[in-house]
Amino acid sequence: MEFDPFLLSRIQFAANISFHILFPTISIGLCWILLFFRTRYTLSGDKEWEFAYYFWVRIFALTFAIGVVTGITMSFQFGTNWPGFMERAGNIAGPLLGYEVLTAFFLEASFLGIMLFGKDRVSNRVHLLATSLVAVGTTFSAFWILSLNSWMQTPTGYTIENGVMMVGSWWEIIFNPSFPYRLAHMVIASLLTSAFVVAGVSAYRISKNVDGPGTWKVLRTGICMAAILAPLQIFVGDLHGLNTLEHQPAKIAAIEAIWETESGAALSLFGLPSEADRTTHFNIELPRMASLILTHDLNGELQGLNEFEGEHPPVSPLYWSFRIMVGIGFMMLFVSWFVAYRLWRGTANTGLVLRVLTLMTYSGWVAVLAGWYVTEIGRQPWIVYGVMKTAEVVAEHSSGMVLSTLIAYLLLYAFLLVFYLLTIRYMASHPSRSKTSLEQRAQDNQSQESQADNAQIEGN
Amino acid sequence: MEQYLPLFFVGVIGFSLLTYIILDGYDLGVGILLSLAQDDEKDQMIASIGPFWDANETWIVFGVGVLLIAFPAAYGLVLTSLYIPATIMLIALVLRGVSFDFRAKARTQYRAMWNHLFAFGSVVAASSQGWMLGAYVMGLESTALRNTFALGIAVTLPALYVMLGCAWLLIKASGSLYAKAITWARWTVLPMGLGIFLISIATPMVSDVIADKWFSLPAAIGLLPIPISTMLAYAVIVWVLWHESLLEQGFAWLIFVGLVVICLMSALGLAYSIYPDIVINKMTIWETAASTASLKFTFYGVALTLPMILIYTVFIYRVFSGKATKLSYE
Ligand code: HDD
Ligand code: HEM
Ligand code: HEM
Repeated sequence: MEFDPFLLSRIQFAANISFHILFPTISIGLCWILLFFRTRYTLSGDKEWEFAYYFWVRIFALTFAIGVVTGITMSFQFGTNWPGFMERAGNIAGPLLGYEVLTAFFLEASFLGIMLFGKDRVSNRVHLLATSLVAVGTTFSAFWILSLNSWMQTPTGYTIENGVMMVGSWWEIIFNPSFPYRLAHMVIASLLTSAFVVAGVSAYRISKNVDGPGTWKVLRTGICMAAILAPLQIFVGDLHGLNTLEHQPAKIAAIEAIWETESGAALSLFGLPSEADRTTHFNIELPRMASLILTHDLNGELQGLNEFEGEHPPVSPLYWSFRIMVGIGFMMLFVSWFVAYRLWRGTANTGLVLRVLTLMTYSGWVAVLAGWYVTEIGRQPWIVYGVMKTAEVVAEHSSGMVLSTLIAYLLLYAFLLVFYLLTIRYMASHPSRSKTSLEQRAQDNQSQESQADNAQIEGN
Repeated sequence: MEQYLPLFFVGVIGFSLLTYIILDGYDLGVGILLSLAQDDEKDQMIASIGPFWDANETWIVFGVGVLLIAFPAAYGLVLTSLYIPATIMLIALVLRGVSFDFRAKARTQYRAMWNHLFAFGSVVAASSQGWMLGAYVMGLESTALRNTFALGIAVTLPALYVMLGCAWLLIKASGSLYAKAITWARWTVLPMGLGIFLISIATPMVSDVIADKWFSLPAAIGLLPIPISTMLAYAVIVWVLWHESLLEQGFAWLIFVGLVVICLMSALGLAYSIYPDIVINKMTIWETAASTASLKFTFYGVALTLPMILIYTVFIYRVFSGKATKLSYE
């Protein structure tokens, strides 16, 4: 069977960026959480916060390392598979990526060394500063790359000469219309994802009785964050959708599976959209709600897919990805408020609460991927919306060549993902390895098992 | 002034790739050597590069990034032509980078696997970089002769990295590892020297363009300092390596400096061979440069941040100066 090299390049790009984004999502959020632990410790002298920091900094180091190396792959990808993109949009895309390297990558990669291993070698002040710089670095990185991505969604501030895009105004390019929404939505998504990772792993540790009562403090941190951020994310997501409606109405029509332009459009909750029949089968819908949400008017008119014949993105992937993301968003809201209430009443230590939180550990990942699929598949067939088609910029490799690299990447990612998850579980089910807590535990002379385990750990 | 912007960026690319070869070179070199060491020595080796490897790798991101910014068409041409070696290098770098972290955190029973992957990834990354460099120097054209040339660099570059790794360990390591580093360095220095010598001779023989540039008369004399300093640096390295008293007095850094000089001279020679093309015989610097507005915007960024980056890089090397101590997150 002969595969289309264009399709393979797309799948490869999607695989690479999907795998990459899992790790930044945690790095960005977790780094701020670590800063919080460190600050709490510095202010209060409470050892539990210090232990929390040492436990989580190890997970952070692992996550960050995978984020870095998969990111390096990304920066070569544009050249190996999409050379036309840089030839035609390089004047704009290049400097944005360049600023990311200059202001973010060097900062985070350099101070990471001090953050991870420099505790003994610098003062507490400098260590705290290094930790903040890493956190700022990851967030700057999100700033630049999302600026570029948003510009590809809603390009402004450019002119075209001989088919090549030229800079009109940097301000308009960087602060393009969808950028503020995308940046806010993604940064909150990172914080939410890490909040659930922190809460989920802590719940697992409590249920397995791994460490002392300090774990509850960590769990509470995660839940408080989530309880505040989940509603905020829904609010920002709504604004984001309104912005998309303004700039990419075809995307919204596909998300909501609105086939014909209509006033007072119904909101489809679940159904099976079929492009062939131009209808949604088994549709469960709320009358007029789509118009209400998107135009804030029960009778507002929404453009349907019929207005974008042959030019609109595929419907089913958008429809489903969007519902998965929103579903998880509401689940996060519900769970975090429920657990916050239990924590407040002092009745959180039940199997149910701990089980639910453990199950939700990686829920943020699913929502983030779903969200990006909505955004990116929703942009197709354009690579720069309305200006340049993806098919025009692909490299002319043979399909065998792209297929072989694609398979290699997929194997690599499967291998790494399995080991990442196994390792997090392994770390979660073993006592925090901080020196002081080990000494304390040796004094308490707890179980034989943890003794044996400590002996093993000395090697690290 | 504006017409000099492309030249400025060629300089930045050269600088960052050279920095990459030196900095990531030593940590890749240490990675290649890992399989030759005992378990406790392995921990020491990893500890010596732990705080640095991530920032070291950022230099290749920067180099490739600037190529993309300043010469987008060349970026596309180079990377599409080097599709397979680039992919192999990326996968190797991924394996290596993650093994580094996994080996300390995963279940003990997997430790040996991660050590092997770390060494394997380092070797493969180093040789595919060598291959890419060779193919690039040959103007991205693949013939049997040119491929043999690329193969030569694919073997020599890892040797250079191993030497850098040894030099690094001589500065950072103590005890049995220090002794081993001397042995490893003595074993590597001759093949590496031979490799560099052969490549220098082969380059003009394989490429007429380069031959013309080096052997026309006034130029040939002006260029003499390049081979001469390379040979001097090489002599210093060999001298120090076989004089243990010098090493004990703390002159091991001379080896590192000697290697830096060799890298610098090779880079200068290469730059001279290629200029004013960006890909030999295919594209010149001026043809492919990005628009002036884009170059200017990036110029400000580079001018402002690069000095800061260099300052905090030096700061971090000072924080972790001296012999490596056991890595600990506390
Ligand atoms: C919203 C965040 C985000 C997104 C959408 C991306 N990245 Fe990323 N990237 C980061 C957030 C990030 C980060 C938080 O800065 C990283 C992740 C690992 C790490 O933990 O730093 C990082 C690392 C990272 C690195 C290594 C940096 C280093 O050496 O320290 C490179 C080269 C890239 N990325 C490149 C890309 C490219 C070319 C992308 C798009 C096509 C991309 N990233 C999407
Ligand atoms: C970070 C999370 C991201 C995810 C999960 C993601 C996901 C995807 C997916 C699934 C596609 C394939 C769509 C299709 O072909 O149907 C795609 C395409 C693409 N995306 Fe993204 N994307 C992300 C971020 C970015 C960013 C930040 C950029 C640019 C700076 C970018 C640039 C592109 C390009 C150039 C393509 C075209 C190649 C293609 O069609 O596959 N993406 N992305
Ligand atoms: C529940 C309410 C939510 C709404 C209404 C919402 C809305 C949206 C919309 C409309 C988009 C597409 C924007 C575009 O393509 O132009 C989007 C993208 C995205 N969503 Fe959500 N979202 C919600 C929850 C979440 C949650 C809980 C997460 C993750 C934790 C998340 C993560 C993302 C990401 C990563 C993207 C892609 C990047 C972007 O375009 O911002 N969303 N969201």
